[in-house]
Amino acid sequence: MSALIQIEKLRKSYGVVEVLHDIDLEVQSGEVVVVVGPSGSGKSTLIRCINLLEEYQGGTIRVDGNKVQRGADLSKVRAEVGMVFQSFNLFPHLTAMNNVALGPLRVRGAHRAEAERLALELLEKVGLAAHAHKYPAQLSGGQQQRVAIARALAMQPKVLLFDEPTSALDPEMVGEVLEVMQSLAKTGVTMVIVTHEMGFARRVANRVVFMEAGRVVEQGVPELFFNAPKEARTQAFLKAVLQH
Amino acid sequence: MSLIETFFNWSVFVGALPALLEGLWITILLGTVSIVAGMVTGLLTALARLYGPTPLQTVARIYIDVLRSIPLLVLLVLVYYALPFVGIRMSSFVSAAVAITMVSCAYTAEIFRAGIEAVPKGQFEAADAIGLSFIRSMRYVVLPQAFRIVTPPLTSNCINVLKDTALASVVAMPDLLKQATQAQALAANPTPLIGAAFLYLLILLPLVRLVSYFESNHRRNTH
Repeated sequence: MSALIQIEKLRKSYGVVEVLHDIDLEVQSGEVVVVVGPSGSGKSTLIRCINLLEEYQGGTIRVDGNKVQRGADLSKVRAEVGMVFQSFNLFPHLTAMNNVALGPLRVRGAHRAEAERLALELLEKVGLAAHAHKYPAQLSGGQQQRVAIARALAMQPKVLLFDEPTSALDPEMVGEVLEVMQSLAKTGVTMVIVTHEMGFARRVANRVVFMEAGRVVEQGVPELFFNAPKEARTQAFLKAVLQH
Repeated sequence: MSLIETFFNWSVFVGALPALLEGLWITILLGTVSIVAGMVTGLLTALARLYGPTPLQTVARIYIDVLRSIPLLVLLVLVYYALPFVGIRMSSFVSAAVAITMVSCAYTAEIFRAGIEAVPKGQFEAADAIGLSFIRSMRYVVLPQAFRIVTPPLTSNCINVLKDTALASVVAMPDLLKQATQAQALAANPTPLIGAAFLYLLILLPLVRLVSYFESNHRRNTH
């Protein structure tokens, strides 16, 4: 069986500066892949290429066999790839409920009653059913991010991308978001997560990918990756981030 | 003759009132038509300017620049007195509505463009990420937010459009100002002009208050 996400020889540059060099990466259905690496290593750029929020210059990306490229099918591919952003990006003019229901309503053409039932169900899942009627500005950062996760889930995507989902949160709110993500991982949702939370990566990942300077340096199962990294650069990175 | 009798002559005022009210009605009608048409075309022009294919963007930009540069009175005279020479003959109402709409469209387009550009990039990305098409992400995500941002300048533009309708009196439009000057000539008394000024204030002052209210409201919400 072919992988759910297939990235081959991906190259991406900003002007003359190449930020991703010939990336090869596959993600299997049901797998939880955590991408780690120093700031500026290209890990966010990589996952933003998967739903073409960033254009890429070379190589191919396929999601469920469909090539990710500009054109009529892009919306279809994007509907199958959910994304959670560092800065939440909830729609401020819509309630939590309507944030979650918007995709089902306006992309999949669901009836309002059906979309709202689904939205409520998903808000329940992230522990926010009681806040369904509130606007984003009335919610804490952690609550907003949980709504954002529900919104991404509402499209029933084949894969969920997380772009540093806890980096903009106050420390006391990181836990509630990671908890939701961990419970999602247990239900078999395919996830690609860019994060600096090493403890979370160790607990939840099926595979950890280490990126540096636009390349995948090393990848492996968490026990091996954290306990016996092969590459010197991985060792240096882990030493720096795990020390404190 | 006393000052009161000259400027606030009650019997002259009562005599001129039906004409003034007729003029007021036409002023409001012309203003409303121009405001609505200007907003619709302005929004489309802003979208063309921002997201159209390159040639369309260029056309929109030139249109906006030219129409913001030309004095409305000049455009109005061109439409009413010059176009008939190429066989385009429009009534004074249509001429005035077309000229005012063309200018209002250009200003409204710039207001909408600024509003759309003020919506954070993350909103566009979130809309893209859930698979909304361009039109739907505009309709359901971007424009509702842009509208909120531009409500004060948009209302301000409405006031300008309403005031500009007074220029239509030069193309023989029987609007409020024209009715007032005619009544003044007829009665040989300036009271109808005072009456017209008063009627302009009556509809525009509340709108000016409304803009201030929107602006202070906006400030409160963004701080």
